[in-house]
Amino acid sequence: MRGNKLAAASLFAASAVVLSACATDSGELTLDVPDVPMIEELGDFEGELNIVNWSGFVEPAWTDQFTADTGCVVNARVAGTSDEMVTLMRTGEYDLVSASGDAALRLIVGGDVQPLNMELIPNFGDDIAEGMKGQIYDTVNGNPYGVPIGRGANLLQYNEDVTGGEPESWDVVWESDSPYAGKITAYDAPIYIADAAVYLMYHEPELGIENPYALDDTQLAAAVDLLKQQNEIIGEYWADPVAQITSFVGGNTVVGTSWEVLRKFADSPNLKTTLPIEGSTGWFDAWLLSTTSPNTACAYAWMDYTSQPDVNGAIAMNFGMAPANLAFCATSEEAQAHCDEFAAEDEAFFDRIWAWTTPIEQCIDGRTDVTCTSFQDWTNAWLTVKG
Amino acid sequence: MTERSPHRDDDTQSADNPSATATVAEAEPRSTEPVTGLHEHSRPLSTYLFQRTRVRLISLLALPMTWLVGIYIVSLVLLLVTAFWVVNPFTSRVTPGFTLDNFVSIFTVPAYLSTSLRTLGMALAVTALSILFAVPLGIYMAKLASPMMRNLLAVAITLPLWAGYLVKILAMRLVFTENGFINWALGPLGVESPGFNVWIAIVTLTYLWFPYMALPVFTAIRQIPNSLFDASADMGARSFGTIFRVVIPLIVPAIIAGSVFTFSLSLGDYLAARFTGGATQMIGSIIASNINLNPPVAAAFSMVPIAFVVMYLMVARRTGSLERM
Repeated sequence: MRGNKLAAASLFAASAVVLSACATDSGELTLDVPDVPMIEELGDFEGELNIVNWSGFVEPAWTDQFTADTGCVVNARVAGTSDEMVTLMRTGEYDLVSASGDAALRLIVGGDVQPLNMELIPNFGDDIAEGMKGQIYDTVNGNPYGVPIGRGANLLQYNEDVTGGEPESWDVVWESDSPYAGKITAYDAPIYIADAAVYLMYHEPELGIENPYALDDTQLAAAVDLLKQQNEIIGEYWADPVAQITSFVGGNTVVGTSWEVLRKFADSPNLKTTLPIEGSTGWFDAWLLSTTSPNTACAYAWMDYTSQPDVNGAIAMNFGMAPANLAFCATSEEAQAHCDEFAAEDEAFFDRIWAWTTPIEQCIDGRTDVTCTSFQDWTNAWLTVKG
Repeated sequence: MTERSPHRDDDTQSADNPSATATVAEAEPRSTEPVTGLHEHSRPLSTYLFQRTRVRLISLLALPMTWLVGIYIVSLVLLLVTAFWVVNPFTSRVTPGFTLDNFVSIFTVPAYLSTSLRTLGMALAVTALSILFAVPLGIYMAKLASPMMRNLLAVAITLPLWAGYLVKILAMRLVFTENGFINWALGPLGVESPGFNVWIAIVTLTYLWFPYMALPVFTAIRQIPNSLFDASADMGARSFGTIFRVVIPLIVPAIIAGSVFTFSLSLGDYLAARFTGGATQMIGSIIASNINLNPPVAAAFSMVPIAFVVMYLMVARRTGSLERM
């Protein structure tokens, strides 16, 4: 699976760079997306930029300099979930969004965001992590739609005082005979179905899951069955990071999905994270530009500005994720420590992470003989899990 | 109801807002009449309004009706309309259309149905628990406690209302968490916190809404004359006999009033379940998670608590308690 994914990624990257005019020649997946024109050249700065972002992505520490440089005043609106981001972007009131992969493809397929002209973003260069270039969630039919910001993995967090060691497998959160039944937590969003699919991919190869985001009806049903089985042993679902942290620190949760940054915030030496043998999912965030944006010059300037090593690193450190621009890691000892902690330069680590991607009806694993389940199906399925 | 109100001015329909204001509207000029007669030129506005009944009525009702119809009703109707719309499965965009699928799914999807019934059960349990605590407390406060104790208890009941709603939920979370108060205080005695589940969510909701039951019940019991207790005792009733045969029948309207709050507020809540219910899902949880993902289903679901409350009020009406409220 790793080889496949990597090959696909590099093919995309290659086609994006070399054959942007005839990307479909690569024989890779072609998605049906609305024809939105790409901007050829930029005009004068419009003086304003409206951004929907994750908490911590847009801070005065780096927007002040940007405004001073360009005259673009940055108005930031923080969103709590990917779904909220999609809803906000569809109001047409925002220029940019810091979308995770599960929101990105929805926006691209819906025609809400426009393809980007990478020539206008000089800072998008060799230093950008390979694993964040040309991924399916923000590069469609060879056209890039997103400028990477940072990434993080959904790891298995465990309370070492209770487990007495590192769990090798995700089975501690999925199987009915888990020794930690009743003290398990899971992420509360439809995209968590992909985590079940990753587990099934490893343990039930006969289901034929090639990509956790390309599930046909049978495969989705199998994932939902697994999630229902898990529902019996779940202590709490979490959507709110603070609730998750208090749950782990308070002892109500012993094992469950987490992010490296949440473990750091919990600041408890007995809490550890691990990437189990099955691999996992993760969120890869990128700037996406609204189709109807009236402030494109400011938006392009912002995407370029935040791709600089120092600014990109500041965002990554502030949020707690691996930066997209790896040149940041070498800028200081503190930066290197941050990059090491979040495995920023460890492509082998991120090769085992399936980046969040919106499931769509077209199977993104390349199958053409079946229809895959869309995000709407996942949403409906997710609600039946919790009953 | 609003259309009938001008013709029916009886005060028994006190729940009917417009009729109540209409009564006030007519009562007012009667009392101001002698004043306008004395100072005819000094009160031009009163004179003007006195001469024009329609203007008077409109100016009185304009503000409450704008709020009631313009904001309160219209927003709900807009929501209801969304419930018939469809979501494009490809882009998950909401598009106007007409489908009953969203309503049908409430009954056909097992998870939706069980969530609705669970929420109903929880709201009833919260109401029952509140009554169970409020009646003895009310009797003690109104009839047995010293004035000092009574004030102290009244403050104790209302004090939590001063704290934010979310603060109280998080406080309950801290009480029942693994390293929390229960295990710290009662752990040595062998009592263990059960962890977060549906029962803890019910306890939290009871904690949240208890004052809304306790206060009307206390007030109602206070209004029962002491002579009734004496009479009951004279006729041979013991304490429990007095409570069940004298007190309870007299305070039923207060209990119904309180239960409207405890019941409907519990139905609409979801944060208590999210923070103290473990994996418990309530109607509110479904609405909250669908409001961005699938607004039509969320809209359809928001009608479920409304339906429950309407049913509840109809049952309460049959008992005749609403008229006495």
